[in-house]
Amino acid sequence: MSKLEIKDLHISIGDKSIVKGFTLTIKQGEVHAIMGPNGTGKSTLAKAIAGHPDYTITGGEVILDGQSVLEMEPDERARAGLFLAFQYPSEIPGVSIANFLRAAVQARMAEGEELDATGYYKRLYSKMDMLKIDRKFTSRSVNEGFSGGEKKRCEILQMAMLEPKIALMDETDSGLDIDALRIVADGVNAQRQSAAAPGILLITHYQRLLDYIVPDFVHVMWDGRIVKSGDKSLALELEAKGYDWVKAEFAATKA
Amino acid sequence: MKPPTELEAAPVENPVVGIDQTKGDFQYKVDYAFDAGTGLNEDTVRYISSVKKEEPWILDFRLKALKTFLDKPMPTHWATKDLESINFDKIRYYLSQGQKPKRTWDEVPDDIKKTFERLGIPEQERKFLAGVEAQFDSEAAYSNIKEIVAKQGVIFVNSTEGLREHPEIFRKFFGKVIPTGDNKFSALNSAVFSGGSFIYVPPGVKVAQPLQAYFRINAENFGQFERTLIIADEGSEVVYMEGCTAPKFSTSTLHSAVVELVALKGAKIQYITVQNWANNVFNLVTKRAIAHEEAEVKWIDCNIGSRLTMKYPGVVLKGRKARGEVISIALANDGQHQDTGAKMIHAADDTTSVVVSKSISVGQGRSTYRGQVHIPKHLKGCKNNTECDALLINTNSRTDTYPAISVRGDKNATQHEASVSKVSEDMIFYMQQRGLTEAQAMSLAVNGFINDLARQFPMEYSVELKRLIDLEMEGSVG
Repeated sequence: MSKLEIKDLHISIGDKSIVKGFTLTIKQGEVHAIMGPNGTGKSTLAKAIAGHPDYTITGGEVILDGQSVLEMEPDERARAGLFLAFQYPSEIPGVSIANFLRAAVQARMAEGEELDATGYYKRLYSKMDMLKIDRKFTSRSVNEGFSGGEKKRCEILQMAMLEPKIALMDETDSGLDIDALRIVADGVNAQRQSAAAPGILLITHYQRLLDYIVPDFVHVMWDGRIVKSGDKSLALELEAKGYDWVKAEFAATKA
Repeated sequence: MKPPTELEAAPVENPVVGIDQTKGDFQYKVDYAFDAGTGLNEDTVRYISSVKKEEPWILDFRLKALKTFLDKPMPTHWATKDLESINFDKIRYYLSQGQKPKRTWDEVPDDIKKTFERLGIPEQERKFLAGVEAQFDSEAAYSNIKEIVAKQGVIFVNSTEGLREHPEIFRKFFGKVIPTGDNKFSALNSAVFSGGSFIYVPPGVKVAQPLQAYFRINAENFGQFERTLIIADEGSEVVYMEGCTAPKFSTSTLHSAVVELVALKGAKIQYITVQNWANNVFNLVTKRAIAHEEAEVKWIDCNIGSRLTMKYPGVVLKGRKARGEVISIALANDGQHQDTGAKMIHAADDTTSVVVSKSISVGQGRSTYRGQVHIPKHLKGCKNNTECDALLINTNSRTDTYPAISVRGDKNATQHEASVSKVSEDMIFYMQQRGLTEAQAMSLAVNGFINDLARQFPMEYSVELKRLIDLEMEGSVG
């Protein structure tokens, strides 16, 4: 079974320290929700683990199945099994979803190995059906002119096709109406139930998403680290009391 | 297709399916071994003309052109100063096959060999392209095509042969679309031209398959100063393809071609170029067409490589309802400058022109779009649509756009759109996060950028174009 170990991770942008000692282990099949107010370093954490060049790791370790990923290029991390569902996915003009995913699948194959096109399309169509994505989308350029909901569904489609060991989902619920949220959640839940269920780090502001994707663990992030962990009931408690309660509690322990 | 009568040459993998290339029993006689030496003067021109056994009027034409060339200043008041680095005294203006500089396969740099391999260039062609062999023996294939089109009355020969055997047609149109004095380099070409194609399509004939210079590769054809003249008579149609995507590994650093197209009433000409010059080459080309009434001319032009390319295919819309189109793709990598564009000269009512240009600048590469659209006041119902998009790969890449659109009168319409976009770090990161290497991500972004234009290329060209871009991007990621 795969696992991602994040140990005492410190991340900065330029001189500014954002993540300050984050520790968490995610095992395959588990869903960890990370909650917390804006600016506590949630998105920074996800992007830095995926290897975004804007972020500097100033301390700590990130280990996937016993191997440190921090020395790897972003694409090597991806091929090792790390997936990031972006909060703001990029548009790639002129490149169709079918061709893009095909290139991504091909990149995971050994040199000289050829992709079976028929099998590939069969898989692609079944995943699209699951996510209620119109087949017309296969020939549309990646994310170009997509609505917020379409972009997020496209992210989940890619995740379903690439079958990562660990998926970091960055505010996948933002910009979704309730119907789109349900479709996205169904897509994620279907992957949780599959034989190749990934370990999921679910970053969100809101409890709402957790009604649909029920987490095994909930962590509250504040000032660059986890300050409180619990089960799904913690999310409900946060919803009721707001984050100030956690802030106050954290301030008290520090004092 | 006829079975091969004699099997003298080894079968060569054919880039164009269905053409028999095993029929290797026909070869050019290489009975001249001349060299015009370096530098350019009247003697050089006389020498070239005598070697080609030309008629006196052609020699006169060449000598006048030489004078024009010498009198004209370099166009550096608008063009790049890099033109001043051309040393005209060090250039060989005419080399016959016997004097072709010899090199061995071992002397060809490894990266060039690797590129040939990656592009899947057949063995025999590789040697030709690398300058190891003077001649790629595709005469068999060529004579085959020639036979097929000859049945329709189509003339498809090299320009020397055209001048010799069809002077009545040649002379009527030669130098009429692009006069000698059009620019310094058209004058140079007019003085020392050799090689290139001459095509005449009789009225009403629609040539079924594209005519390719590829079939006629020989020392002259890949020469420095090609001269091509294509005449499509009334109601006829022809597609011509020039160049090939393999890097031309050339010892000569100045290439200056002149291409003239004449589309008579209702005729259609499509001229497709894919060029990939070695990065020491100055590629200064003049290409222009005249479109008569209801005629259509379309230039599809793709420029990769070279040190400096200056090329602005144009159409003079001379007859009512004539239509001109230029589709161009340019890729400028480190140390390269692609200065390309289009010229559309409207000279009759209800004429239409379309220009779509996409350029890509990589690393320190620079691309320039120069467009000229001219619609005079007395005309009505003329339309022009110009679109130029530039893509920058790195922050130190450069792109410039110089559109010159003069539309007078109120009965004409023009539209101009230009955009500059960058391959952002975020886009590359997004693709890398899906498992593509940085180079793969870049080439996917570039291929996406030109996708809508590349689709207009013939299949084998667009596939090769994609591979070429992959190769260029691979080298650009440090």
